[in-house]
Amino acid sequence: MTAMLNVKDLRAYYGQVQALHGLNFSLNEGSLTTLLGANGAGKTTTLRAICNMVRSTGAIEFEGSPLTGRSTENIVRLGIAHVPQGRGTFTTMTVEENLQLGAISRKDKAAIVSDIERMYEHFPVLKERYTQQAGTLSGGEQQMLAVARALMLRPRLMLLDEPSFGLAPLVVRDLFKILGKINREDKVTILVVEQNAQLALELADQAYVIETGRIVMSGGAKDIANNEDVRKSYLGY
Amino acid sequence: MELFTNQILAGISTGAIYACMALAVVMIYQAIDHLNFAQGEMAMFSTFISWQLMQWGVPYWGAFVLAVAFSFVGGIAIERILFKPLAKAPILTNVAGFIALFSIINSCAGLIWDFTIKQYPTPFGSAPFLGSQLISTHQAGMIGVTVLLLIALYFFFQYTRIGLAMRAAASLPESARLVGINTSWMIALGWGMAAAIGAIAGILIAPVVFLEPNMMGGVLIYGFAAAVLGGLTSPLGAVIGGFLVGIFENLAGTYIPGVGNELKLPIALALIISVLVVKPAGLFGRPIVKRV
Amino acid sequence: MSAAEDVVPTEQEGQAVEAVPKRAMTLGTGTSLIVLAALILTPLLVKNFVIFQMTQLLVYGLAVLALNILTGGSGQFSLGQSAFYAVGAYTSAVLMEQYNVNYALTLPISGLLCFAVGFLFGQPALRLSGVYLALATFALATAMPQLLKLNFLEPWTGGVQGLVVTKPDAPFGLHMSQDMWLYYFTLVITIAIYLLSVNLLRSRSGRAFMSIRDNEIAASAMGVNVALYKTLAFGVSAGITGVAGSLGAIVVQFVAPDSFTITLAIQLFLGMVVGGVGWLPGSFVGAAFIIFVPNIAESVSKGLSGAVFGVLLFFVIYLVPHGARQVAIVSQQLVGKFKK
Repeated sequence: MTAMLNVKDLRAYYGQVQALHGLNFSLNEGSLTTLLGANGAGKTTTLRAICNMVRSTGAIEFEGSPLTGRSTENIVRLGIAHVPQGRGTFTTMTVEENLQLGAISRKDKAAIVSDIERMYEHFPVLKERYTQQAGTLSGGEQQMLAVARALMLRPRLMLLDEPSFGLAPLVVRDLFKILGKINREDKVTILVVEQNAQLALELADQAYVIETGRIVMSGGAKDIANNEDVRKSYLGY
Repeated sequence: MELFTNQILAGISTGAIYACMALAVVMIYQAIDHLNFAQGEMAMFSTFISWQLMQWGVPYWGAFVLAVAFSFVGGIAIERILFKPLAKAPILTNVAGFIALFSIINSCAGLIWDFTIKQYPTPFGSAPFLGSQLISTHQAGMIGVTVLLLIALYFFFQYTRIGLAMRAAASLPESARLVGINTSWMIALGWGMAAAIGAIAGILIAPVVFLEPNMMGGVLIYGFAAAVLGGLTSPLGAVIGGFLVGIFENLAGTYIPGVGNELKLPIALALIISVLVVKPAGLFGRPIVKRV
Repeated sequence: MSAAEDVVPTEQEGQAVEAVPKRAMTLGTGTSLIVLAALILTPLLVKNFVIFQMTQLLVYGLAVLALNILTGGSGQFSLGQSAFYAVGAYTSAVLMEQYNVNYALTLPISGLLCFAVGFLFGQPALRLSGVYLALATFALATAMPQLLKLNFLEPWTGGVQGLVVTKPDAPFGLHMSQDMWLYYFTLVITIAIYLLSVNLLRSRSGRAFMSIRDNEIAASAMGVNVALYKTLAFGVSAGITGVAGSLGAIVVQFVAPDSFTITLAIQLFLGMVVGGVGWLPGSFVGAAFIIFVPNIAESVSKGLSGAVFGVLLFFVIYLVPHGARQVAIVSQQLVGKFKK
């Protein structure tokens, strides 16, 4: 299987502080990978580094082309959608405008319209609220909207930063089911960063564990979930 | 009573000037989240360009279109060359940049065209409008053009893709980049549009205040005040704010004793600020919710 | 250039005024002593006119310092400092010329009066911030010259023509020129106010100011009396500006309404930015900029002096977007490297 995303020796910095100390990992095409770790371990920084939202060194390759030196918006246009921490919803705009914005870099107008319809099928609650200001939606609904917006890009790789944050467990279950469906049916490679390790490991096929800016564990999701030592040392359960 | 309505009407017609300038102010605020102190000077310079074109024989509407187009390109150029390098600098440093730009443009205009007052033509004529002594056809024309601009801007922002992209870039730049929007160019575009609107404002205002390098000083402040009063996120608010400021100014001058021409500005500003103390986001603005 | 950029902490999104770390607020002891020595000894070596210019530098430096406390310290924008400067200048002028009050005595009176005015102005300003506060202070600045021209005040203010102020002689029959005496007098006051300001910013009140600057809502949630400290900051800043205005009036020997327009307020603002917002020593660098650069611009081209000034200003802000403070930090680093 070809590696869709290749990360080599990634080091990232916030001002003078180094947050990532030489990460090496890769994502296979069609995989659903989860990146786990405690607060402050560097999970969000990793996603931000992929999209060049933080100062970093190292080599990142997406489908063979290097990402270093490209601006965030150009990286996104290569087919990488990023649902950031806090969702990044355009709260002052309507649900439908948020979806339109997801596709703003595309030129195929007719396909965009049909894609919006498809999103309403995936997420019926959004159809109900399509003229509502996005800021008035509940947390779970905003998360659905964020995922739908990302999908409007027709991405080949989707990065999600703690999608379960602040959501009730049942809502998270539903959300993860949808993510699994997107991965299998729409063939979108997914990298999801999570603190909720248990659910993430149920969903994913690959997993990495990161601690203070270094990858300390990698392997199949089931193996890591079954490894009691790993779970106790790194994941807290 | 008649004096009162007359003053209101007179206020509306001067208010059209401020409304037009306020539109340009809101435009730039949407793009860069600050007020650009040099906007008045940019508008003045564009107006001089149109005047110069007319001196060289170009007919009014030709000069108008050329000047507005030049301003659009000029605004983008100024942003790319002078302010893009300051994008990561603190806001106050950028404000110093606006002041520097103000100084440069004002000085150059003075050198090229000197400080004598020049007449500037109007395509609307200056006959009394519909027989009224207080609104001339030109002032009616100003109001008409301002309203047209407002409608055009509304359509631009609500119904075009690039308008949507600009709104997104202004509202949440990081999220906008994450949907593939080049936020840097959105800022440049905002500058271009603001400069173009400013040019239109200057060209409409010049017949009334006469053309000279310092013509926009007072107008810009009233334009800021009008935009702030209307709520800096709302073009409609800017226009209504402009008319209200015109009315405030006139009423203050007429009814408050001891207020000559010089004190009109601070009094008008004081009135606006009292409104803001009650409604901090302006009349039509959306209150900004800040997360701690 | 990138070395300097890395060193200066970048702003967080949404934070209008940068936070200057406390220990960076002043010069190191070594540098301070050198600067002090220069300030004390130079007048003995130069002509009266240069001494006069140095005095002006101290006066404007004080005014910029006041603005630094307000904006760099408590995060409130003000384009209205010229108003407080004018009140201070006129207070001294009127007291000296109409009531024969000793010049030195007018300073504390002026300071207290301006403190009160600033404190009062701070009250309605409480609900305003950023752009809105800028407009409000702008209104104050544009109103002031007009208020000073009001007819019924003319017996005191001298109306449009203003007042001539008598220059004091050196006391106790000291053998120095008026300029030199005035310089040392101003220097002592400047140093006193500078030290008091540094102390203020390092004190509990200073910390309160800075917490308000950095995050007003969080500060209030932590129990900081935001209203009190914001108005206090305005008061202190206005008071110091008033003292500066008084000194200015005595040094220039003249007050007139049109000397105190919005142009002065804008100049003080530029002085703050060029010196480095929130960095007190930078106030004097900024003052030097606003006094000398316009003259340089005019000597380059009389017709385009404004344009030359603008270009020079751009030059400065490109080189050091964070003002003179940036230069100081880089120099400190270089000196640190030499020591190793």
